[in-house]
Amino acid sequence: MTVSILIFLPLIAALAVALIKNQATKHVALLFAIAELVVAALMITRFIPDASMQYVTDLPWMPKMGVYFTVGLDGINIIPVLLNVLLIPVIILASYNHDYKNANAFYALILFMQAGMMTVFTALDGFLFYVGWEAALIPIYFICALWGGENRIRITMKFFIYTFAGSLFMLLAIIYLHLQTPNRTYSISDFYDLHLTLKQQGLVFWAFFLAFAIKMPIFPFHTWQPDTYTEAPSAGTMLLSGIMLKMGVYGAIRWMIPVAPQGFDHWQYIVIALAVAGIVYASLIAFNQKDGKRLVAYSSIAHVGLIGAGVIAWTVTGVQGAMIQMLNHGINVVGLFFIWDIISRRLKTRDLDELGGIAKAAPQFAIAFLIVLLGSVALPLTNGFIGEFLLLKSLYEYNIWLSAVGGLTIIFGAVYMLRMYKKVMQGETSAISALFTDLNGNEKLVLGIICVLIIVLGIYPNVVMHLSDAAVSKLVNSVNDKISQVQSGVNIIAPQR
Amino acid sequence: MNTLILISVLPILLLYLGVFKAKNALLPVTVIGLLAAAGLAIAGWNANATPIYHDMVLFDRFSIAFSVITILSTVLILLLSKDYFEKISSHVAEYYAVMLFSLAGIICMVSYYNLTMLFIGIEIMSVSLYILAGIKKRDFASNEASLKYFLMGAFSTGFLLFGIALIYGATGSFSISVIRDWILTHPRGIDPLFHTGVLLIIVGLCFKLGAAPFHFWTPDVYEGSPSLITAFMSTVVKTAGIAAFLRLFQSAFSTISDFWMPVLLVITVLTLFIGNITALYQQSFKRMLAFSSISHAGYLLFAVVALGAASANSVLIYAAAYSIASIIAFGVLILVQQQADSDHFSSFNGLGKSNPFLAFVLTVAMLSLAGIPLTAGFIGKFYMFTGALSRLQVWLVIIAVVNAIISIYYYFKVIVAMYFRGGEERTVLAVPGYFVFVLGLSALLTIVLGVYPTLIADINF
Repeated sequence: MTVSILIFLPLIAALAVALIKNQATKHVALLFAIAELVVAALMITRFIPDASMQYVTDLPWMPKMGVYFTVGLDGINIIPVLLNVLLIPVIILASYNHDYKNANAFYALILFMQAGMMTVFTALDGFLFYVGWEAALIPIYFICALWGGENRIRITMKFFIYTFAGSLFMLLAIIYLHLQTPNRTYSISDFYDLHLTLKQQGLVFWAFFLAFAIKMPIFPFHTWQPDTYTEAPSAGTMLLSGIMLKMGVYGAIRWMIPVAPQGFDHWQYIVIALAVAGIVYASLIAFNQKDGKRLVAYSSIAHVGLIGAGVIAWTVTGVQGAMIQMLNHGINVVGLFFIWDIISRRLKTRDLDELGGIAKAAPQFAIAFLIVLLGSVALPLTNGFIGEFLLLKSLYEYNIWLSAVGGLTIIFGAVYMLRMYKKVMQGETSAISALFTDLNGNEKLVLGIICVLIIVLGIYPNVVMHLSDAAVSKLVNSVNDKISQVQSGVNIIAPQR
Repeated sequence: MNTLILISVLPILLLYLGVFKAKNALLPVTVIGLLAAAGLAIAGWNANATPIYHDMVLFDRFSIAFSVITILSTVLILLLSKDYFEKISSHVAEYYAVMLFSLAGIICMVSYYNLTMLFIGIEIMSVSLYILAGIKKRDFASNEASLKYFLMGAFSTGFLLFGIALIYGATGSFSISVIRDWILTHPRGIDPLFHTGVLLIIVGLCFKLGAAPFHFWTPDVYEGSPSLITAFMSTVVKTAGIAAFLRLFQSAFSTISDFWMPVLLVITVLTLFIGNITALYQQSFKRMLAFSSISHAGYLLFAVVALGAASANSVLIYAAAYSIASIIAFGVLILVQQQADSDHFSSFNGLGKSNPFLAFVLTVAMLSLAGIPLTAGFIGKFYMFTGALSRLQVWLVIIAVVNAIISIYYYFKVIVAMYFRGGEERTVLAVPGYFVFVLGLSALLTIVLGVYPTLIADINF
């Protein structure tokens, strides 16, 4: 069994679904997504949690240019892969409630995007990584622009140009690294073995950072995000926030920092400051949001800022925290956006001031909302807690003041999230809210899955954390070794060609 | 050589067919003849090529590859022309004949081994194009296009000829190999005459390629000419232009690259920016394509700027990707133009609903032109960027990247119009069968080359 199955299965599924133009489309899409989940689950159960690369496929693609189709599964990408296969069926299920026009195109694009993101997460070849990166962007552009809100044309264009710009600079960095490798390959292990000068590493680092910072997004590259999240259809927002932004986090862990360790070390203080500044900035804006979906969008910037800061602090704890938090943030944010989808579908508004007192009308909904909310504000025994705890601990090891500021995210998060809950669910039942009907079967199922995941991962996070332990320690330590070798004066920089 | 002979004889046959009013035989005869010519060219692939006719022409792999690609592009364009020419002119046979004469000139341009042959090739091609541009006799814009193209073209040919003459004055020969050897034997004291000659040749060739600042004829000529002729000019002619350029600079002038490199760098950067930024402001799809073709000339020049072993590969794949995508764009444009009687972006509104197939192939073409992965256009840009970076032209590549980002905006404009701007319900366009064939095949090729470029990218020249 190889990981390439996980890439090609959704691709075939996308083609198949595109051809089915009737009511069965969504069911076929869901079946394929579940099949993908089952295949991935089989792989993960047989996965040996050491630092090795498993289920590898290595085929020549453009051998003359040094491009190979190399994919594999190891402790670094197993959690993003799990996130991808886990959330796609949930998102498809969540879309059942909408009667989208051209549903076949809609579900085909979701599956195509899954294949793209899977390529990003499993690629061990720089070129393949880039191709996956862009292949995931095209479908989400069309999903947002075809089924989005009123201002979708302008906003999705901004989103596309923004992300495309970032990724082109990453492409340049990848080609540049390729030209430095002795055998002219794109293989990631060859990239790891390069000995570049500090200046070269600095340039490579910034080129990668631009792509990843835009994707996550990290302050000040976030300006596309709130608009796009707000205007996108619910499924689009879930895909963007739940899975796609993790491409940026994962890229930083797998590519940016290990290929340019000294460049990273040199600029670390600036990017970590940006990440932490983003946390505070986004939280402050989230306080004042009236539109619930927009509020969640800003809260996502804050949470991702913390993940980014934890990664950039670059300790075993921090990266491990980022790993688990990628999964948990994905689950929580999809839950939150689904909740807003439910509210806006029923009441045609997301304005916090017009809502209120829904809890009385819909007790089941209130419970589910509360669980997702608590996961999102990182209450102990929910899934958000362990990740944020590790991330803050790592930030503390880097700098106590930064961790104090970063820790505000939890307090701020609790404040704006609970305020949102209060305004929507409690108090007097407003005229609009009175129309609210409780969850239907499909919604119960989706929220049920999410709530179970939140609680299970909150009580026993080790069920996934043990998968990445060994690989993360190995990667973090090897990079730190390279950095400290230079700092202690050992010259490992080879003469340049 | 057989290819060139066949392509030269074929139009004469077509003219006779025209005389005998065998209109229905024109297209099949042309297509079969061209496919045979391409087959003949490929048959010589493994032959040991030597310059023939006193070093006049050399049918090496370079020439074969570019001959085949120009011939096949012409076939695709001709297949789109089945009813097109009948509508705009009563002399249909002449159309096919003149187009093939132009193609014969193009074969000379990619196979020359002597500067006189280059000149003859360019002239055969250009004179045919002057006629083609003005073939809508009673159309004002078409006449304007023809006249402008002729005046400017004649002018630039003068530059080219003067450059060739100066080089002859310095070296005493027209032959590429003699010129190359002359440079090697005079490493220090190269005559200023020679340098001037090189510059004038650059001017002449950049004109044919439509590179800035010699691009001013392009928008008006492209807009005024019949759309199919525009497609021919912006794909086949451009490919031939860059191939001629590369052949000369790779074989004859490569040793003095320090001299012409800065000039070409400036031309490339100007071409990229002028093409892209002007394309941003266009409201007409056809005119946008004209300006985007200028910017693509800039990307094609990358191959000359980053002269190296892979240059021919880069140009081949870039030109193939660009030609195929442009043929799709012009093909869809012709259909839309016939219905809406306008080439404004808004005439594409709602095409995604009324004709999903047309909208899909045009989307593939636009993504390819914009250089999005999994399309052939991306592989072309990837080769160009790699080549330029390997020559440490980092700033040039960064400028190219900025331009690629700008180009997204105008290429996506038509995608946005087709899918996201519904407007009034538009009637379904009738798409003739051969259009479906050409457009579908081109879209398929674009994706196949994007996914598995090894098919043509790894050719050993």
